[in-house]
Formats: sequence, structure tokens, C-alpha cells
Amino acid sequence: MYKILEKQVLSDVTKLMVVEAPHVARKARAGQFVIVIADEQGERIPLTIADHDRAAGTITLIFQEVGKSTQQMGELDVGDGFYSVAGPLGHPTEVELYGTVICVAGGVGIAPMYPITRELKAAGNHVITIMGARNKSLLFWEEKMRAVSDELIVCTDDGSYGRKALVTEPLKEILAARAAGGDEVKKVWAIGPTIMMKFVSAATAPFETPTVVSLNTIMVDGTGMCGGCRVAMTDGAKFVCVDGPEFDGHKVDWDNLLSRIQFYKAEEQQAIEHWQHAEDHECNLDVAARELAASGES
Amino acid sequence: MAELTNRERMQIQRQEMPTQEPEARVGNFDEVALGLTWELARLEAERCLQCAKPHCVDGCPVGVTIPQFIKALREGDFEGAVRAMQQKNNLPAICGRVCPQESQCEAYCILAKRGQSVAIGRLERFVGDYSIRENSNPPVPAPPTGRKVAVVGSGPAGLTCGMDLAKLGHKVTIFESLHLPGGVLIYGIPEFRLPKSIIQAELKKAVDYLGIELRTDHVIGNTYTLDELLEEYDAVFMGTGAGLPSFMRIPGINLNGVMSANEFLTRVNLMKGYRFPEYDTPVKVGRAVAVIGAGNVAMDAARSALRLQTLHAERQRLTAADEPIAAGEVHVVYRRSRAEVPAREEEFHHAEEEGVIFDFLTNPIAILGDERGNVRAMRCIRMELGEPDASGRRSPMPIEGSEFDMPVDTVIFALGTSPNPIVFTGAQGLERTKHGTVVADHETGRTNKPGVWAGGDVVTGAATVISAMGAGKRAAADIHRFLSDPASEEGRSKKED
Ligand SMILES: Cc1cc2nc3c(=O)[nH]c(=O)nc-3n(C[C@H](O)[C@H](O)[C@H](O)COP(=O)(O)OP(=O)(O)OC[C@H]3O[C@@H](n4cnc5c(N)ncnc54)[C@H](O)[C@@H]3O)c2cc1C
Ligand code: SF4
Ligand code: FES
Repeated sequence: MYKILEKQVLSDVTKLMVVEAPHVARKARAGQFVIVIADEQGERIPLTIADHDRAAGTITLIFQEVGKSTQQMGELDVGDGFYSVAGPLGHPTEVELYGTVICVAGGVGIAPMYPITRELKAAGNHVITIMGARNKSLLFWEEKMRAVSDELIVCTDDGSYGRKALVTEPLKEILAARAAGGDEVKKVWAIGPTIMMKFVSAATAPFETPTVVSLNTIMVDGTGMCGGCRVAMTDGAKFVCVDGPEFDGHKVDWDNLLSRIQFYKAEEQQAIEHWQHAEDHECNLDVAARELAASGES
Repeated sequence: MAELTNRERMQIQRQEMPTQEPEARVGNFDEVALGLTWELARLEAERCLQCAKPHCVDGCPVGVTIPQFIKALREGDFEGAVRAMQQKNNLPAICGRVCPQESQCEAYCILAKRGQSVAIGRLERFVGDYSIRENSNPPVPAPPTGRKVAVVGSGPAGLTCGMDLAKLGHKVTIFESLHLPGGVLIYGIPEFRLPKSIIQAELKKAVDYLGIELRTDHVIGNTYTLDELLEEYDAVFMGTGAGLPSFMRIPGINLNGVMSANEFLTRVNLMKGYRFPEYDTPVKVGRAVAVIGAGNVAMDAARSALRLQTLHAERQRLTAADEPIAAGEVHVVYRRSRAEVPAREEEFHHAEEEGVIFDFLTNPIAILGDERGNVRAMRCIRMELGEPDASGRRSPMPIEGSEFDMPVDTVIFALGTSPNPIVFTGAQGLERTKHGTVVADHETGRTNKPGVWAGGDVVTGAATVISAMGAGKRAAADIHRFLSDPASEEGRSKKED
């Protein structure tokens, strides 16, 4: 069991956990991920390593509660643990001195973007960060991001915080303004929902700005054994777990990816229903047990 | 039974294995072949003629002393049978179930020439099951030697190598990338053919009696590299198998509903997807499934798909949420003919009994999708076998103009696999072939890299459980020779705990 040493609630649906996993911490680098299993009945889910501490032998995981597994994991507490944590997997992010760069982070993508932003800044780049979410309650780490960025733009889809815009709007403005001023943006990173990364890549394409996206596909083993994570690229199919998770956003066949990540939608819904039903059921049992105990006492 | 004459022995019929009936078994994942009863096993054992020069032994890749174990068995000396078996084979309950006996031991049995060979595999399984049930002849490790060996991969090659070395007193640590040990035995071969409880029993022996340390969740190449292991261990054995799937280079392979047999079987077996939603991992098969290939992997995929379809239809009927549905159909699509099917005879036979449809001399040329990116059909072409080539094999040739569309919603590729290259990151200088397999000496398992041995599928490419075990055994013997050689003592102190 891999113990949870710390837990933070970053937003209603976003949890941070510091997990004891010395075998992963000793090698982990920004951009890599782990495969986590909550309990013996659990599925293998990929999570980006948001941070690590080699001396303490810990890694930091941040996840949004979207399906049954992440909801269940979100209910775990300090002292509980995960059944399995394997990694570090995938290639680490390459960071060099490029000049001006833009980091676009959407929703839970803010977490894995943070260490990359930090490294880009440390390497001497002029870092412009655009972070966004559907609404205010899904935003987190604004101040942390500000500390590692030269410029920070925050937006929400519904305008409940920061600028009311999709992240692609300020992105296009900056790309255009800088291109006109002869001080073009050298590279863009985008991490967030697939649809966001698709539109970021579309926005940077006319400027031919190299764009790195971190893909989040369905995975099983995470080590190249199943091919379930494969996605079509202009230069042939790639396995996200071993060839990525970072790719050139201009080469990704986004429609293929968007359709592939939907494949188990019905089953995901079924899993949530089954789980919630089981939880309710347990509650009723607890109640019955309490009532029985109470009646026995009187 | 009084001592029989050979004539009498030859009049005994080969004993059939009791099995679950096909109609019943497609609705569950329980074991199909139920094992011989003692009554049947004794009769079958009586058929053995105890040849002075037993050819069956030559047919076994690890040289199990077949006549000896059969003799002990028919005399009711079960412990003796287990001892005879374990001289050569650590995992009889597994081999008895999955070895392709019809092309190994049983093919060489003298009776095969005159009808039906002794059912060696079934007898082996009987002895293996007995030894698990009674925990007979548990291994006893020799006094600790103080030498440390790292084994990478916990499939039959790694397990056998690790268990043999631990018996000799070496301290063994097995590194496995998945969360459960066992290799293909646990993630690939389905429960209905090899119950997981058998592998667990064997693993328990490795841990409880032999003190082997199992470190799961360790992806060698990432978590540690092979070169890092060499700093800490006196020797390293690589038994990482051939886990990389291949897809055909045809249009449509990235459509939804197309998957590798590895993915499908891992979801079903390792992740227990057939018990979704009780287990979290979903596995999806449609109403019309095509499995490409006709090896053991293809049979396992096809028969698992059939079971999932039946279970799904059954659930539908019980919940009555929708109209009741027919279970569906599963095709095995193979470009050669029946005669070339590489699967074990028994698996082919069981698949046929269960209603798998075989489309021989048929090859896919494209997978067609609907507007939502889901598979709707597979375009195929009919094949014919040409003249035998240099290797004597008749290669299949497409028949022009014979294209047709097969309406399917799921396509599972069960083609060959190759070694997963992750383990080679940080294995400086290790020699490999152009197929990606490791170059290792057949007799000793030695690679060109000092301190590194390799065996099993990572050396041979996808092969068999027994050949992987054999390689693990030979490597263990050679590693032991190496560790016992005073010359290898050099540098030992730095690796001491
Ligand atoms: C579906 C299926 C059915 C089969 N049926 C039969 C049959 O009926 N009869 C038969 O004889 N053979 C059968 N085979 C073939 C047989 O299973 C294999 O030949 C045999 O398992 C090979 O053993 P191995 O130990 O070399 O490798 P594997 O069993 O593949 O084990 C390798 C292990 O190494 C681990 N590993 C890989 N890379 C790393 C890494 N970097 N770090 C740590 N661990 C790693 C893997 O996770 C795996 O657990 C079948 C194979 C499949 C897939
Ligand atoms: S190990 Fe396999 S080949 Fe050898 S005797 Fe047993 S069943 Fe036959
Ligand atoms: S997750 Fe299985 S190959 Fe990538």
C-alpha cells in the first residue's frame, strides 16, 4: 500500500495528495506520469506527477473527480493508501531556453503545468501563463502560477472570475501582437481538456508556433503493452504512454482522439451508478445496524 | 490392479477429460476442463508401456521423466509422482494445462503411431493439482550464500529462474512492472483455461518457502535501469517476455472497437473486466466480433468474447431494461487454412464446440468506420495457398476480385508480439537481434553483457510456457555456476547488504 501523507482540497472536485512512493520519487521528472490503482477491484488510471520530493520519497498527485475511480480516490484520507502506484512512466518534458513562451493550462491541467512553468522560468524564458476553467470554483493555484510566470492571465468560460473568455482568445491576441511586433512567441505548451488542446493547436497553427500538448488517453498498462492508448498522428499511430505523453499538437488527429476517449462513456456512467448504489446501500445497512444496536441497548 | 500385459494396456481407451458442457460454459469464466478423477487417471496411467527408451521424454522441452512419474502415479504413490515431476518441472499444474502436448511429449509417445498417445498432459495436471492441494514436497532453500540476484519479469521464465536460484540459497528479488506477478499466465491466459488460484498457489510457494522478494509496480528501464540493478546485484536475469502487440498496417486500425488481444485479454483477465462493474475496468465487445489470427492468443480472445457476449445478453434479459438480445457472434479470421492453425488442438476444439465461427483463407484489408468513428465492418479478401516456399510452408496469396465486407463492430488483433523495449533503456551495450529480441546463449542464457542472463519470450519471441520455463531453469543453473566460481567473488563486498 502506498500511503497518503497529505491531502488538500483545491476545488470542489480537485484533490491534491502527497503519496509515499520512493521508487517513483527517485527518478520522477516533470511531464512524467504514474499508473495508480485505488484498491484491489480498481482500474489502472494514469495521473501526472505534479511534484516530487526525492529525499522524502513522495510524489504529489492532483486529480479531478470525473469518474467512479477518481471520486472514490477523492474520498480517501491521510493515512489511507493506494493499492498500486507504478512509474515514473512516459518521457519527461524537454525544457530549454527558447525566449518568450506561453503556457496554457485548463482546469485540472493547471497542476501538471505548474512544474513545467517553473522549469521554463528557471531556464530563463519569458513565461506568459494563461490559465482558465469553466468557472471560478474550478480554479486553483493562481498565486503559485503567478510566482513562476512573467505574465499571468486568468479566465473563466462564464466570467465568474478573471476575464470572461476561452483560453484561446488571449492566446490568439498575444500571438498576433507579438508576431506583429517582431517578437514572436517561440513555443506554446497546452495541458487541459482534449477539446481545449485541440483549439490551442488550431490557434497556434497559422503562426507556426511549435505547440506541445500532453495527451490524456484511455490507458491500461501504461508501458506499451496494450496499445489502448494509441492515437492517430500525421506520421502514423503513436502509443501515448511510451511515445508521449507530450506530442506536437499540430500532428495530432484530434477527431480520432476525441472519439477514442469517448469509447467507454456508457460504462463509466454505469460504474458511477453501481458505486453510488452500493454506497447508499451500505448507508442503509449502517442505519439498520445502528437501529438494531440501539434497540438492543434499551 | 494386477500387473497388466502390454497387450491389455493397449486395449484401454484414452481417457477423456470431463469438461463443462459447451452451452453452460459460454455463460461463465470457470475452468472448462475439470481434470481427471483418480479413477480415470489410474486407467490412463495404466496405458503407459514404460518403454526402455522413452521417446516422449525427448519431446518435452525440459525432459520431464515421464515414465517414472506415470509409474509412481499408477501405483498410487502420489508423493513419488510429484518428486519425479519436480526434478524437471516446477510448475506441472500449469504445464499440464497449457503445453501443446500434441506437438511435444504426446507426439513422440510410441502409442501415437498406433492410435492415441498416453494423455501425458492430463496426467501431469493430475499430479500438479494433487501437489497444490496437498502442498506436497514443498521446496526447501539451501543455507544462504549471501549472493543476490535480480530477476526482471515474473512470467514462467523469471519465476522458474528465481525459484531455482532461491532453492540454491541465493537471495532473489523479482521486479515486475504490473501490479500482479505471473506474466502472461496472469494477464493473458483466461481463467477458464488456467485458474488464477493455481498461479497464486505457486507464487505463494516462492514467497513463503523460498523467501523470494516480489517487487511489483517496478518498471525496469524507468523505475530502475538494468545498469542500476547490476550495481546492487551479483547477477541479473531478464525474463521480460514479448509483450508488445502488433497491428496490421491497414486503414482503420485506430477506429473505436479495434484493439489488440493484449488489451482485450488484460482487461478481461488481469483487471477482471468480466466482473465489471463489481471490478472497475470495463471491457467492451459488440455483437459481431472478428479476431484476427489463429494462435492460442486468438482462441483465448475469441472464447472470452463469446463469454462476454453471453453474459451481456443474460444481464440484459434479467434487467429487461431493453428488448432481449441475441448473444452475438464471434469470428476467427485466419489467412491460412485449418491445417496450419497454430493453436493447441484442445483450444481449437473447444472454440469450435462453443460456436466460434472460423473464416479460413481470409485476410482483412481494411476496417471501415461509421460517422462516429466506430467500427461497422471489415473488408476482407479470400486467400489461396500457393506453392511451398523454401521453408516448405505454403504461403497464402490473395485471390483477386474476391473482396467482401464482413459486418462487425469489434476487431481484435491477435497477431505476433515482440519484446517490450522499455527494459532496454539503461542497459548499455546489450546485444539484440533486428527483431528486438535479446541475443542469449541457448544452453546458458548468457548475454553479451557481463552479469546479465536472459530467457523466455524476450529471447525467442512469443513461444510457449514450457520453453520459457526451460530457459529460466538453464539460466539458473548457469548463474549458480557463475556465483559459485571464486572468480565471481570479486567486487562482492560492495554488493553486500
Ligand atoms: C493469450 C496467450 C495465451 C497463451 N497460451 C499459451 C498456451 O496455451 N501454451 C503455451 O505454452 N504458451 C502459451 N502462450 C505463450 C506463453 O504464455 C509465453 O510464451 C510465456 O508466458 C513466456 O514466458 P516469459 O516468462 O518469457 O514472459 P511473460 O509471461 O510475458 O512474462 C514477462 C513478465 O515481465 C514483465 N515485464 C516486462 N517488461 C518489464 C520491465 N521493463 N520491468 C519489469 N517487468 C517487466 C511483464 O509484465 C510480465 O509479467 C500464450 C500467450 C498468450 C499471450
Ligand atoms: S512439461 Fe509439457 S511437454 Fe513436458 S511432459 Fe509435461 S506436458 Fe509434456
Ligand atoms: S497504455 Fe497500454 S500501451 Fe499505452
